[in-house]
Amino acid sequence: MSATVRAPGRLARAWDSDLAWSFRHSPVAVVSAAVVLACFIGAFGCNWLAPHDPFDLASLSLSNSFLPPVPLSGSSWSFVLGTDDQGRGVLSAIMYGTRISLIVGFAAIVLALGIGITLGLVAGYFGGITDAILMRTADVQLSFPSLLIALLVDGIVRALLPRGAQNALELYVLIFAIGIARWPQFARTVRGSTLVERGREYVMAARVIGIGPARIMASHILPNVLGPVLVLATINLGLAILDEATLSFLGLGLPPTQPSLGTLISNGNNFLYSGDWWITVFPGIVLAGMVLAINLLGDWLRDALNPRLR
Amino acid sequence: MIAQLASRLLQAIPVLLVVGFLSFAIFTYVGDPVSIMLGQNATPAMRIAMRHALGLDQPFLVQYWRFMARAIHFNFGLSYRLALPVSQLLLQRLPATTELVMTSAVLALAVGLPLGVYTGIRPNGFVSRSIMAGSLVGVSLPTFLLGILLILFFSVLLGWLPSFGRGHVVDFAHWSTGFLTVSGLRSLILPSITLGLFQMTLIMRLVRTEMLEVLRSDYIKFARARGLAPRVIYFGHALRNTLVPVITIVGLQIGGLIGFSIVTETVFQWPGMGLLLVQSIQNADIPVMSAYLLLIAVVFVVINLIVDILYYVVDPRLRVGR
Amino acid sequence: MSAAMRAPAGEHAALLEVRDLRVEFPTRRGVLRALDGVGFTIARGEVLGVVGESGAGKSLTGAAIIGLLEPPGRIAGGEIRLDGTRIDNLPQRAMRQVRGKRIGAIFQDPLTTLNPLLSIGRQLIETIRTHLPLSEGEARERAIRWLEEVGIPAARQRIDAYPHEFSGGMRQRVVIALALCAEPELVVADEPTTALDVSIQAQIIALLKRLAAEHGTAVMLVTHDMGVIAETCDRVAVMYAGRIAEIGPVREVVKHPSHPYTVGLMGSIPALDRKVARLTQIDGAMPRLSAIPSGCAFNPRCPKAMAVCREAKPELRPAGATLAACHLYGAAHV
Repeated sequence: MSATVRAPGRLARAWDSDLAWSFRHSPVAVVSAAVVLACFIGAFGCNWLAPHDPFDLASLSLSNSFLPPVPLSGSSWSFVLGTDDQGRGVLSAIMYGTRISLIVGFAAIVLALGIGITLGLVAGYFGGITDAILMRTADVQLSFPSLLIALLVDGIVRALLPRGAQNALELYVLIFAIGIARWPQFARTVRGSTLVERGREYVMAARVIGIGPARIMASHILPNVLGPVLVLATINLGLAILDEATLSFLGLGLPPTQPSLGTLISNGNNFLYSGDWWITVFPGIVLAGMVLAINLLGDWLRDALNPRLR
Repeated sequence: MIAQLASRLLQAIPVLLVVGFLSFAIFTYVGDPVSIMLGQNATPAMRIAMRHALGLDQPFLVQYWRFMARAIHFNFGLSYRLALPVSQLLLQRLPATTELVMTSAVLALAVGLPLGVYTGIRPNGFVSRSIMAGSLVGVSLPTFLLGILLILFFSVLLGWLPSFGRGHVVDFAHWSTGFLTVSGLRSLILPSITLGLFQMTLIMRLVRTEMLEVLRSDYIKFARARGLAPRVIYFGHALRNTLVPVITIVGLQIGGLIGFSIVTETVFQWPGMGLLLVQSIQNADIPVMSAYLLLIAVVFVVINLIVDILYYVVDPRLRVGR
Repeated sequence: MSAAMRAPAGEHAALLEVRDLRVEFPTRRGVLRALDGVGFTIARGEVLGVVGESGAGKSLTGAAIIGLLEPPGRIAGGEIRLDGTRIDNLPQRAMRQVRGKRIGAIFQDPLTTLNPLLSIGRQLIETIRTHLPLSEGEARERAIRWLEEVGIPAARQRIDAYPHEFSGGMRQRVVIALALCAEPELVVADEPTTALDVSIQAQIIALLKRLAAEHGTAVMLVTHDMGVIAETCDRVAVMYAGRIAEIGPVREVVKHPSHPYTVGLMGSIPALDRKVARLTQIDGAMPRLSAIPSGCAFNPRCPKAMAVCREAKPELRPAGATLAACHLYGAAHV
């Protein structure tokens, strides 16, 4: 009984919170969230929503290849955005490709978050030589563009893998390479906040009564650094998706049998000169639109969590 | 100032040693140079002889030391893929990348700085708002997609500009330049826009933010109170004060330009070091990757030094001991 | 006195004439009136002190006169005349020829008013050349003379030094040189000593007073330091909540204040030559702009408040040797 009374109360409170208020009053944030949501639904519902299954070789027909998008002449309503060289529907390929792009982006950010938060907490909490070594490493890595780091890590891991296993493991290699390339920013942010929080009285008090460092970090310090980390993670998600697309475009990412948005664009690029622009342009629009929406959401989140910046 | 620069140089040494170590580790442990050089059919005796000839049986630190000593003489061995000295391959490609990166940097500054000043002076004007909205798209558009779209529009549809290569180049000793021929310059247009647009929007947004900040300062108010002309206030007083953070970012962004030149060079088949790197990674050509890493580290250290020197030029507060 | 205050525009008796000045800030919650009918004059060569608590509108009055109100602040009414000509509605370009050339300005904090990246010589020379038809070399000589005049030692050697190479007091001397180098007729000095060490304050005020006297420059000296006013000024205006409470010759305002607020203000100043049992203080605080009481803004704190004080805004009227905006003086209330 009391639970049923409390539940709407909690919802109402969430609706009334500052964050929700600022969201409802920012048209940019609402539109961006809608775009991101649409990408998610299209990507993760692709098994049911996509008009065709681009991986079902039996359903592919070369006679359907290079169909232009509707409403150009020769187009077919069954392939609204046209087809590629193998007769796959561009729309379906985009939906499956978006799913892979999102999976890689999210997984890479989760990896970067895990490494970054752990090392940042450790560096900030223990200080001294641990801090010096970790932060110098982060500095050195930050002085290189993260794309270059991801590229080199990807290249090295591929060289280490046996030839036959490369394609099968490429998804994990990509996630690893992009995640590794993006940890230092998280570590720096977390370390900075940890240094501040560590000096606070409640942390001192927790130490005095004998709570171990791991619990202090997890239950006292971590909640206080989550705001900036969340903002950073949102903006880095967009960048990680771009990293994946770029690596795949360079031919260093996912193979054509497992196409991400970047692979699709790269594949379409081969047919650009013959005028079959739709194979490249539509995945490109989806990629750019999705990343733009994520970036705008990140910007909004930063402003909403930091009233001073307004 | 000399002492401070010297200390910055000293700080760079550990960075180079660490990167050198990584580069060495990749070179030695990732590639297995023996099997690649001898092929799969070599006898164990041949392998041992080869290991000895390459110094791979030496203690770890000795190998590291030898690697760095060779690196200082720009000797990185042979490319697995092309069987040519790595140093020669990189030097051949250096001019193409340098010219592309420099052109993009100049373009990004020449357009980004004035736009940033303009949008900072009139933050609420219609033109400023349009420019800012457009810049958001510029930030979100991936480099390779921009390149593809430019090719589609200006090469495929309009046929105005070449879509790949450097055009005709003129050789001076070891340097081949595309600056001196019409086709060379035409070939440079699309790649440099592709590479420079992102940094341009970044510089513009940064200059705008800094301008807004500086224009609120007391010394700008005092300059107005002295009746100075707006042109003097904006360019003589305000812009100069925005330059320190701008120099930092531009320095960092030249690093970013070199990183993204890899993408641009692939899109436009531009015969530079980035294209070489991508081809090397695709073929597990470890010596080239390792040498590229070290070379880029040296370039970044040099850029950071130049940034430091520029600080001293711009900000008199840093010139201690006058 | 009161005749001079009400001089018609044609007579040019005053160098600066501010009449019924109203400054407003539009905000989301409505328009805030920060200055409400401020009026006073400054004669040639005269030093007018403007005192009041923070937020009384002293600095705002100065900013309105030099035409540098921070947006969204704007002049909503009244007029400002310099030598008989209106300057509150001049176009930007024309106003630039007034600023620096005819009205100089000195700001509060010398650490932030000088551009850190330009040598003091460059800042002086560009100001001089903006307003006077001099060559670079002539402007430089003039800059050196001004640095000497404001008491910078070894001016010829130090002209190419940067602001950070000077102490705070020295920097304020440079700021004074910058304000005076085009020989303006009026200088608006906004709390010129507040940010300085106490030991330096007297020197800077003495310097400002001497230079103004030597060059015949009129000064509007904004400060909250009655000691500075008493030493420096010919007349003083006391401001409260965006209005002038009392204005008159310094000696009269200090010795025989008429407005109850001025009385309280004078009571709160320790005097070295008198033995006072205890300093008086005014109860309460000045109202915020969003909550100014009707009638006389001072009425909630006024020990002599009457019914009329809550209803009608008092105008400035003769009260002894000064003018005071208080219903105690004159019988003209409804």
